[in-house]
Amino acid sequence: MNIAQSYLLRLQRKRWKIRAFRKRRELRSVQDRTGAIRPGNILLFATFRNEDIRLPYFFDYYRKLGVDHFLLVDNDSSDGGGDYAANQPDVSLWSTDAGYGNARFGIDWLTYLQSRYADGHWALTVDVDEFFVYPFCDTRPLAALGDWLDASEVRSFGTIMLDMYPKERVSTAVYERGTDPFAMANWFDAGNHMISRNKRLRNLWIQGGPRARAFFADRPAKAPALNKIPFVKWSKRYTYVSSTHMILPRGLNLVYDQQGGEKTSGVLLHAKFINIFGDRAAQEAARAEHYQKGNEYRRYTQDDPILWSEWSHQYVNWRQLEGLGLMSKGNWA
Amino acid sequence: MSVGVIMLVHTALDRAEQAIRHWVDGGCPVVVHVDQKVRPADYAAFVGSLADLPDVRFCKRHACDWGTWALVEATQSAAAHLLESFPTLQHIYLASGSCLPLRPVPDLRDYLAARPETDFIESTTTADVPWTVGGLDEERFTLRFPFSWRRQRKLFDFYVRLQQAVGYKRRIPENVVPHMGSQWWCLTGRTVAAILNDPKRTVYERYFRKVWIPDESYFQSLVRLHSTKVESRSLTLSKFDYQGKPHIFYDDHKALLRRSACFVARKIWPRADVLYDSFPVAMSGKEQFTEPNPSAADRIFAQAVERRTLGRPGLLMQSRFPSSDRDNAMTAGPYSVLQGLGDVFEGFEEWLAKTTGATVHGHLFAPDRAEFSGRGPLFAGGLSDNAMLRDYNPTNFLINLIWNTRGTHQAFQFGPRDTQDINWMVAKDTDARISVVSGAWMIPLFKARQEFSDLRKEAARLQQIEHEHLKILRSPYTNARVRVQSLAEFVLAPMDMLQLIVDEMSEQTHPRLTDVPQMADLTGLGAFLQDLRNQGMHPFLTGDFPANLERDSTLQTPRKPYLVR
Repeated sequence: MNIAQSYLLRLQRKRWKIRAFRKRRELRSVQDRTGAIRPGNILLFATFRNEDIRLPYFFDYYRKLGVDHFLLVDNDSSDGGGDYAANQPDVSLWSTDAGYGNARFGIDWLTYLQSRYADGHWALTVDVDEFFVYPFCDTRPLAALGDWLDASEVRSFGTIMLDMYPKERVSTAVYERGTDPFAMANWFDAGNHMISRNKRLRNLWIQGGPRARAFFADRPAKAPALNKIPFVKWSKRYTYVSSTHMILPRGLNLVYDQQGGEKTSGVLLHAKFINIFGDRAAQEAARAEHYQKGNEYRRYTQDDPILWSEWSHQYVNWRQLEGLGLMSKGNWA
Repeated sequence: MSVGVIMLVHTALDRAEQAIRHWVDGGCPVVVHVDQKVRPADYAAFVGSLADLPDVRFCKRHACDWGTWALVEATQSAAAHLLESFPTLQHIYLASGSCLPLRPVPDLRDYLAARPETDFIESTTTADVPWTVGGLDEERFTLRFPFSWRRQRKLFDFYVRLQQAVGYKRRIPENVVPHMGSQWWCLTGRTVAAILNDPKRTVYERYFRKVWIPDESYFQSLVRLHSTKVESRSLTLSKFDYQGKPHIFYDDHKALLRRSACFVARKIWPRADVLYDSFPVAMSGKEQFTEPNPSAADRIFAQAVERRTLGRPGLLMQSRFPSSDRDNAMTAGPYSVLQGLGDVFEGFEEWLAKTTGATVHGHLFAPDRAEFSGRGPLFAGGLSDNAMLRDYNPTNFLINLIWNTRGTHQAFQFGPRDTQDINWMVAKDTDARISVVSGAWMIPLFKARQEFSDLRKEAARLQQIEHEHLKILRSPYTNARVRVQSLAEFVLAPMDMLQLIVDEMSEQTHPRLTDVPQMADLTGLGAFLQDLRNQGMHPFLTGDFPANLERDSTLQTPRKPYLVR
């Protein structure tokens, strides 16, 4: 290993830890139930803004998987989602009206909360439109996965974000609060992902899916990253680098096997392409707080696309995704 | 009392208590060894919770680490305690706190009562076991291992290398033939007593203390000195993965465990409520005497290890990304790359698809778009025909295409007009079947009848590109199956190459081809090539076409003359 490079990464990690520590001042505690967190509990971290419509199903889904406590940051919602979240018995909520972009897209706030509360816990970091699927998730809770990874001395778990879309135009998938978004947006692209390795941080960089072909075909380098490492046995030394795409120390990014074998991995089903997407894209493009100044969102506002094709697959369960090679059981049986 | 149980416990004490109650209810006394590392308060609570059971005893405690001698000491202490308290035991079953009896304990007692002299213990010599961790098999008995593999890996490795370097070898005690096997055994009381009371016990102990992973070799070796009948298998269903870590059973394994008909399984996930609520379960009627049969579980876990170590060839994903120089098969199955044939024959793609049943694409790497079979904008897996998207990562595009269509043979046309970025990957791929008619790109130029100086320039460019490609195909790094013929050679006997292509695409020997595609009209090609030569270009990849080709009888009438043999 190149010592200079490794030292620079260390400095980078420290800098982000300090930055996150300073950003703690932007957070105001709304509801603190962290006293209820027990050793071994599984924690979920998320930031949201005006996502009230998504929250009920989000809580349902992750409670069923066995999340014990939600630690959430409400970024200045005006739709009542903050109050709804604060009233949940297993939620601790912070709020901030500071800029999402200035807080590294919310990562600074979460890094601070993670250093403070997640040390020694399995921590799941997701967006409220991302739904974690892992091998045997229909029969084994997250704690089973965490225990097994512990026994295997594995500290991080890799996924690919899978964009789900409806069969008709995106606007026709009318979402109702509390329901399963994948009842309508249940189609996906199975085999058009492009992967390269980031030599510096050692993570894989995955692009592709319907977003790349429908919105970024002429500028593929700008297509959004789909590699995510959402499930980590947290230590207060750790910090995510860019969303949950990369993490430091960089050894945690080695969630893939390089000798031909398959490590155990999962999928984040992404419930982006439903009817609230069009309005949201327009708002976010105007706000320009997202990655690349909301450039991605500006592209989405262009029309109301049909992403479906005869080659799309309809979602069934994790075993289907495993068979298609979108995730792997590895040696977990 | 016929069967006594030794139970080693270090975690999930509530589940251990549950298991102990099953054993006691089934009429087996239990001696429990609780790891010294369990906190005193927890230990006291655990002992208290079992206070109502007079046949449960607790033995001297040792601090146990994975693969250390302390585990053997714990077993010895518990065994001695058990034999002292219940001297008439016929069999002793070694279990752990995460073991769960699958069948009623009386079934096990009946089974053992019918085999009073048999010692059930997996015990094989090192030459015969494939599953050693860390690559040490023979040497685990001839070197010394004072350092922990888990916690002091560097010291451990260093000390092993040091001993290997100086050629150090321990002497194995007389009579002892090292055997190893699963830690979980069921021995007769007589055999256990004989091992514990062996006059040379201290000699053996001194030796096994410094052997690596003694808990898998101490009893396994010594049983060979004292037993009258060793049955080398474990009655406990317990599988290990490639890291030497036990596979864990969850609620969804219920049917698998039931079918295994094993008496005890380990390791059960402590929170597998369904398993703890369901087992032990009585076998119905005749099944009561079923022999344990763990083969289904064996298969599942063997597959899991294979998935982890070998993976699915040709799959690139978030948890499988082989270094390209490591893997010879980069794709999921054989595919054909056809260079030049589409120029030589008219309607070649359609003919090939009809003849072989394979999926035949046009120029997948054409400069303007990927010409998928059917020419749709998208193809299997959602691959796009957009050339910019494809050329962003062309090798990944091809690997995806082959993965997405696994089970059907893919073929595509290729040529020097196409993106060349895949050439090295395809050449190195053992799955690629590459057939080249070199110089065939000349035919469309010849037909184009454009400004001659433009044609000459284009011919030189294409020849240069194809020449570079052929250099790759001839390099020593090439693993693909490659056949190259110049256009001139090819037109003399086109059936030879076509037959080979068709045969390898349908993965079977085809009957001799009868329906053949129509060859382009090459009348005048010889003169065209001569014109190029006259202009100073040297079309060497096309081969030696006579300038007076028009007068060559074999090509005068290109309507299937080559069928006549």
